[in-house]
This record gives sequence, C-alpha cells and structure tokens, in this order.
Amino acid sequence: MQVRTYTSKNTISFLNLIGDIFKDVYGSFYLAKQLAVRDIKASYRQSILGILWMFVNPITTALVWIFLNNSGTVKITDTGMPYPVFAFTGTLLWSLIIEAINTPAQSTRSGMGMMSKVNFPKEALIISGLFKMIFDTLAKIALLIIFLVMYEIHFTWYLILVPFVMLGSIFFGIVIGLFITPFSLLYSDISRFISLGLRFLMYATPVVYAIPKEESFIRTAMLLNPFTPLLQTMRELVTGQELTMLPYFIGVLAVSLLISLAGLFFYRISIPIIIERS
Amino acid sequence: MPEEVLVEVSNLSKKFCKDLKKSLWYGVKDVVGGTFGKAPSLELRKDEFWALKNINFTLKRGECLGLIGHNGAGKSTLLRILNGLLKPDAGSVTMRGKVGALIELGAGFNPILTGRENIFNNGAVLGFSKQEIDDKLEEIIDFAEIREFIEMPVRNYSSGMRVRLGFAIAAQLEPDILIIDEVLAVGDASFRAKSFNRMVDLSSKTAMIFVTHSMPQAGRICTRGILMKKGLVMKDDEIGNVIQDYLVTQKTRFSNFVGLYKLENFSCSLNKQEINYGEDLSVSLKFKMPPEINKFLIHYSVYDQELRSIYQAFSILTEEVYINKNEIFDINFVIKNLDLINGKYTLNIGFIENDLRGRNICRYDAIEEFVVINAEVNSFSSILKKTVWHNKRILG
Repeated sequence: MQVRTYTSKNTISFLNLIGDIFKDVYGSFYLAKQLAVRDIKASYRQSILGILWMFVNPITTALVWIFLNNSGTVKITDTGMPYPVFAFTGTLLWSLIIEAINTPAQSTRSGMGMMSKVNFPKEALIISGLFKMIFDTLAKIALLIIFLVMYEIHFTWYLILVPFVMLGSIFFGIVIGLFITPFSLLYSDISRFISLGLRFLMYATPVVYAIPKEESFIRTAMLLNPFTPLLQTMRELVTGQELTMLPYFIGVLAVSLLISLAGLFFYRISIPIIIERS
Repeated sequence: MPEEVLVEVSNLSKKFCKDLKKSLWYGVKDVVGGTFGKAPSLELRKDEFWALKNINFTLKRGECLGLIGHNGAGKSTLLRILNGLLKPDAGSVTMRGKVGALIELGAGFNPILTGRENIFNNGAVLGFSKQEIDDKLEEIIDFAEIREFIEMPVRNYSSGMRVRLGFAIAAQLEPDILIIDEVLAVGDASFRAKSFNRMVDLSSKTAMIFVTHSMPQAGRICTRGILMKKGLVMKDDEIGNVIQDYLVTQKTRFSNFVGLYKLENFSCSLNKQEINYGEDLSVSLKFKMPPEINKFLIHYSVYDQELRSIYQAFSILTEEVYINKNEIFDINFVIKNLDLINGKYTLNIGFIENDLRGRNICRYDAIEEFVVINAEVNSFSSILKKTVWHNKRILG
C-alpha cells in the first residue's frame, strides 16, 4: 500500500526527491498530453483561421525586416545568405526561445486554480507546456521549408538536424523558465522585467543582423551570449555552412541538461509555497 | 482489516501571513531556504498567525470524520494539507493508501470543449489512465444523466449539469482515503440524494474526512467529529456530541425588526432561558398597538440553529383576536410540551392585522432565545416527537 508522509522538512534525501521527480515526470505523460491537447483544441476551436494563426507572427516579423533591408532604411552587413532567410530563421528561433522561457510560468499560472484544489503531479504542467511548444514548432518547421524552397536554398542532409537544434533551444528556454517561475508567480515585477530584458538581449543576439566582423563591444557581447550559438548553429545547418560555434552549442545544451534536474527540484519545492499564497 | 489506521496526524501546525506584501517576501525566503534544505522556523514572523496549531488525530478504515467549525476555523487548510497541496510548518501527516479528494468538481474542464472531451481532461487530472476512462465513460455519462448534451460545450451547461458531470467522474475513484469539502451542497435535490448515497456506499470501505456546515448531513454520515476553532481542536468525540457543542457555541441569534409600525414599549420575556425536554415554555408580551390598528392577531415561530422553522402558531386558530382599545396589552401564551432535542432555539413574534389574510403589522425576529436540555436522544432532526405506541403481543 502506498504511504505518503508530509512533514515540514522538504526531503528525506535529495536522491529520494530526484527519484520522485523522475517517477512523476514519467507518470504524468498522459495528463500532460491531455492538458496540451485540451489547450490546443480550445485555443483554435473558436476561430475561423484556426491553426493558421501560428504562422502569422513569424511571417510578419520577418516581413518587417525584409522590408527595412530592401528599402535601405537599415544597412545590414553581409550575412552570407539571402537576407529574408537570415531574418526568418533568426526571428523564428528567437520567438521560440522567448516562448520557451515564458512557458513554465504561463502553464503554472493557468494551472494554479487546479493546483490549489487537486493533487496531481505538477510536472505535468511543465511537460504539457513542452508538448504545446513542440506542436508549434512542427508548424514553424513546415513554414521554414516553404521559405527555403522559395529562396532556392540548396538542401543538404544537415537540414535534418535543424529540428533537434530547435528542440534543444526550447529545452534550454524551459530550463531557464523553471528557475524564474516561482519568483514570477510571487511577484508580477519579475515577468515584466524578464520580457524587458529579453527585448534588449535580442539586440545582442544575431537575430536580425549578423555578428559584426570587426572588434567591438557588441561583437564581444554577442559571442558571449549563450543564445548566439543556438541561432548560429541553426543557420549554419540550414545553409549547409561550416559549424563555427559547435563546442559552445554543445556546452550550452550539456549545461542545461545538467541544471534541468536542479530546476525541477527547485520548482517542486516552491510550488506548495506558491499555492499557499495564491 | 477493520482496525487499519489509514490517516495519522500528529502535532500538525501551519502558519499563514495576514499581510500580502510580507507574505510574498516570506514566500521568496522560504523558496530559497527550502531549496537549501532549511525547514521553516517554528517562530511566528511579523503578521503571521497559526492557521492550525498542534492537530492530532488518527482515522481507521470504515470511520468517517466530520470536520466542523465556523468559517475560518482551519477546516479547509487541514484538508489541503491532508491532500498534499500545502506543506505543514510543523508536525507530520501520514496517509496510507490511495487518496481521493472531492474538493473541487470538474477541475481541468475547459468551457469551450464538449462534455465528452472534458471527461477525459478531468479524469486525467484525477489520475485516471486513458484506459480507465474509456472503460468508465458510459457509466459516467449515465450517472450524470447528461447523455443528451454530452457533445455540447461545457460552457453552455447549467451549473447543475457541470456539477453533476464533475461528481460523476470523481465518483469513479476507488480511494482508501476520501476527502470531501462541501461539494454536495450543489445540484438539485434528486442529484444531491444520489451523490449522498454514493458517499454512504464509499464510507464503509474508506477512511473518510468530511467538511460540511450541514449538521443533518454530518449527523447521517459521520461516526466521529472534530470541532475546530481558530486552528485548534476544541473537541474530538462521537459526532452527536460534537454537533451539540458546535450548535451551542454558534451565534445564530440575529435579531431583526421588519414591519410597518413599531410597537410602543414592546417587551418579550420567557419564564426560563433553560428548559427541560418536555416542559412548557411560557412567553410574556407587553406592548401598545398603534391607534391605526383596530383588530390584530399574534403569530410566533421557533427556529433551530440551522434556521429551520420548527414550531409555529397563530392566535386566531384558537379564536384569539385582539381588539385595540389603545391600552397596554399584557399577553401570555404557553408553548406546551417542548419536544425538542438539546440545543439552542430562537423565537420570532409577529403581528397581523384583522385575520390571517390581513397585512403584516410587524415582526420581531429572534427576540428571545432559549436552550433545551435533558433530551435523551439527540439525533439530527430538531423534534423528538412524543409518540403513543399501541403494541399487541402475539403469543406464539
């Protein structure tokens, strides 16, 4: 018979908790899937364009930059590929990362009512957020392929790796989000501050323009920025170029994989404290 | 296994903070502290109070515990800790077996989706697998009596239909420990009866913890009661005694005046405030009727703590109509053989012009209260009726 003990102490041991987390993550897959399907269905059922809305955002952002570039309003240094493809891939992955960072807090906030009444594995909320993002990504990949065909980019086998880079980026974003979530649920300042910060960070990331060739502050910032290798690697795979930032890219993924456990641990400990105050 | 202890609560305490800003800041501290393995301190920080303090009890399979107390006594907090939603600040809770909680019905429903889709959503939240829900789908739809509307968005359901669907899903749980928080107070009478029966079925197989403000419900289903007040356990006893205590300490006397004319020099007194079961209660009234009224009759009613009307009478039914000659009335009436169970009761006095169809002159609600003692049986209807039994013995 299953025995649960609740005490003021957080864990019997760290290892036990990690074990519990794994058990719950695994056990909550069906619930997570159900929640993701529910939200996806619900968000498009009351709309005529339905799923087409998923494409609207990345297309419009890319269009703005294509227009600015073609009209000569901004002068952008050579990017090594047709600018529309550059801008499109950049905004696509960037929007994915931003969304991933916000996903844990958003899923948790929307599940708050449920969490304060029903005991279910909280990890399901995070995983359902991940599922929803993967669904979004599929549509974006389709869009990317259309774009590549339009601009006659030569297809290489590297292209197969692109979805994995996207997945890795989502994972990285969600791990960051896990650490922010408890605080942003307590104070609304946090999420405002994060979205403000990310808006500035975009200019220190090669989203709509390439890394400057000559030494400058912005070049140093871009090279240090952990989001840069994600974007850079994805673009290089798309156009079949040499992978210039591969070690840093692998490093970012490895670190996020490592701290993801700490993130889940942190999330699990903070949820009861947050429920109590919601 | 009748002696199986399923719930063990020992020295359980929980604190809350009254001030939002401080509460959030303590939250940040606790999140950071908790991550590094620090247990919460047992001292109260500024603006904190004990929502629960040193709660101890155990519960066996087959027992049903009623948690009784005024609003804010800590009942819901206790339930949420038992259900693992909140962490204790001190002490421990041990739950053996599968826990089912009926705290909120229909968690996870999305209003735009159909009833059928939402059965799967809510089922998943309650911990059912897809297979289990598939198996129970038809039973759920039938129990909720909702087949006709199962493909309609839940948004268009009436509140009763939503609750029925929610209960029907939750009723499929087969828990060892069942936690229930006032969910049965909704829905129409027939569904209430049906869900109540379902709970009675479950109560023999589970250890049940039940929060309610309805004493008749508590009395019917619970075997034991805990009376809580301001986070403390005031009494842990057989349910009847706990209900008595609760009702006597509860303030149910809310005096009020309604009517067209206020009577001059109105007073009302009882011969006794504390009356034995079966005794007579004598009520004296003194007042002056306004000159506009020529003829009137008097009406009284007695209410129990559930604010149900137990007794009533009209003076006209015993041919007593009073003619107003502008003098002071001094009237006495006797309520014969009070066959009420132990508890506190209130008295309303009303005046009606002319006859039973006349307009109400005025009514004094809860003008007096009295306590009945020494009734031998204290079941959960307020009247213990004096009954004459004619028994014939058939010798075999």
